[in-house]
Amino acid sequence: MKPHLAKKHAEKIFLGLALTALILTILFLFTLLWDVISDGFPKISGGFLSGYPSRKPSEAGILPALAGSAYLMALTAIIAVPIGLFAAVYLEEYANKSYLSRILELNIANLAGVPSIIYGLLGLQLFVRFADLGRSVAAGALTLSLLILPVIIIASREALRQVPKGFREASLALGATKWQTVWNQVIPNALPGVMTGCILALSRAIGETAPLICLGALTYVAFVPDSVFSAFTALPIQAFNWVSRPQAAFHENAAGAILVLLVLLVMLNSFAVFIRMKFQKQYTQG
Amino acid sequence: MRVKLVGLALVSLSFSVSAEKLSGTIKADGSSTVFPITEAVAEEFGKLNRDVKVTVGISGTGGGFKKFCAGETDFSNASRPIKQTEIEACGANNINYVEMPVAYDALSVVVNKDNTWMKDITVAELKKLWEPEAQGKIMTWNQVRSTWPNEPIKLFGPGTDSGTFDYFTEAVVGKEDLSRGDYTGTEDDNVIVQGVSRNKGALGYMGLAYYEENKAAVRAVPVINKDGESAVMPSSANVKNGTYVPLSRPLFTYVRTDALKRPEVKGFVDFYIAQAPTLTGEVGYVALSPSLYQVAAQRVNGAEAGSVFGGQGHKAGISLEALYKAGSK
Repeated sequence: MKPHLAKKHAEKIFLGLALTALILTILFLFTLLWDVISDGFPKISGGFLSGYPSRKPSEAGILPALAGSAYLMALTAIIAVPIGLFAAVYLEEYANKSYLSRILELNIANLAGVPSIIYGLLGLQLFVRFADLGRSVAAGALTLSLLILPVIIIASREALRQVPKGFREASLALGATKWQTVWNQVIPNALPGVMTGCILALSRAIGETAPLICLGALTYVAFVPDSVFSAFTALPIQAFNWVSRPQAAFHENAAGAILVLLVLLVMLNSFAVFIRMKFQKQYTQG
Repeated sequence: MRVKLVGLALVSLSFSVSAEKLSGTIKADGSSTVFPITEAVAEEFGKLNRDVKVTVGISGTGGGFKKFCAGETDFSNASRPIKQTEIEACGANNINYVEMPVAYDALSVVVNKDNTWMKDITVAELKKLWEPEAQGKIMTWNQVRSTWPNEPIKLFGPGTDSGTFDYFTEAVVGKEDLSRGDYTGTEDDNVIVQGVSRNKGALGYMGLAYYEENKAAVRAVPVINKDGESAVMPSSANVKNGTYVPLSRPLFTYVRTDALKRPEVKGFVDFYIAQAPTLTGEVGYVALSPSLYQVAAQRVNGAEAGSVFGGQGHKAGISLEALYKAGSK
């Protein structure tokens, strides 16, 4: 066989492998989606979305779980986004490239890979017991904040680094202080990138079950949380409970709850895509 | 007609006057097996008392007692009696409790639909199959009973954290938590159903409700307690008449005595005992005899603290009626 023929074959084989990998992934995804949608879609109704849990599968609804997930997400965003952003600003704009800051960076990268259940254990001791917050929305949100902080910090640093050095130099040259430069130039320009990272991190947080179960989040809650200290349940927990019940009708409810969770996730992710596209447009215009 | 209406109005008036409006929060946690019963009671109670917030968690019988003995919950659902170590943990924190039996469950031994050989199984054979010594040795069905075929055994059961595992090992092997390890363990009984329905040589055990809902997928095997006795199917009738031994087990909820002083907790307990006979059946369990619910009510009203099991666990075959008769003051 001539060498260029062998090259051609290698090319084809490589392309074939890559394509197979892609098709397999998509096939898995669609099977999963189809399974959830075909089981769950008939369940979705006004009553299901606005109902409370019940021993009768046909009367059971997900309102407390849906509200719990929404509260959790909002509160997690309020806590984690500012802290994550400012930590990133410090590391990127202020910290000297010292030994200490390198250790810090390494640890943050490591924390992003720690299994979520470990954060659950930490949250249980720190927030539920030590801070005496109980099994409240606040304790849940603080735990999820810890879980996604490393991801937010890493994404925010990436976004800050994307802001051209010229912006900073121009601002400083015009007599702005370091703080003014960071606040008025760097952060606004990095914000879309930061937001994208934050939203992706948040969508990871709302799908998490393990840390919440570890924290002792409840399963039967027949009310919508009325404060941050209120007890709560969340969509993944409700789905988990229904899946393990004996009656098949509960399994359909679980599929319905999973579908609602999926729709929430798709909405969040499309919001992230929307922000990124808007950001790119502004950049070329400006 | 008018008299009737006036009478009705008076009755409803007196009801609304006498029934004081309850409010507050009630926290229950513990066994996932007992969860559906407490959930059903909480649901009905919530319809009548909208200002009382009842929450029910699932952290397993053992996990529930940990929270209960730390003073974090008012109720602890349990699929077995409280253990000695848990009694001590509660004692160390001065947590006193009233033990309320709420229902029976029947552990069902299930096999594949294509299993034609197993018409019944004795407790001794179940022991031979599940005891730790069987691990790696009892691998085909003809080793359990010589007339059964040379078909490989595949076992499914609950994970070791489960109260169902505790009870089955105690009742069959003779000592709690003693079991062979080479079986597929899971915290979700639906996985046992799936596993058994896909393997011809499979056997598994799980709660009655899971068998009742999956009769199309798996077959229950009648159990013979002692040689010479007849084989008994798991069913609510056989649990009630006391013939399904040793695999019918009582389920409990424990309530803190100091919590009983709160009117909303007392109201919830009274409601629990009154509704349990109907609600337990609805969610797939077997109601206790009326006299046992009376005993439960008496223990609550007299705030009789402690467990009649003395931390020893429930010995299969001893009736709850006898235990509570002896244990009540």
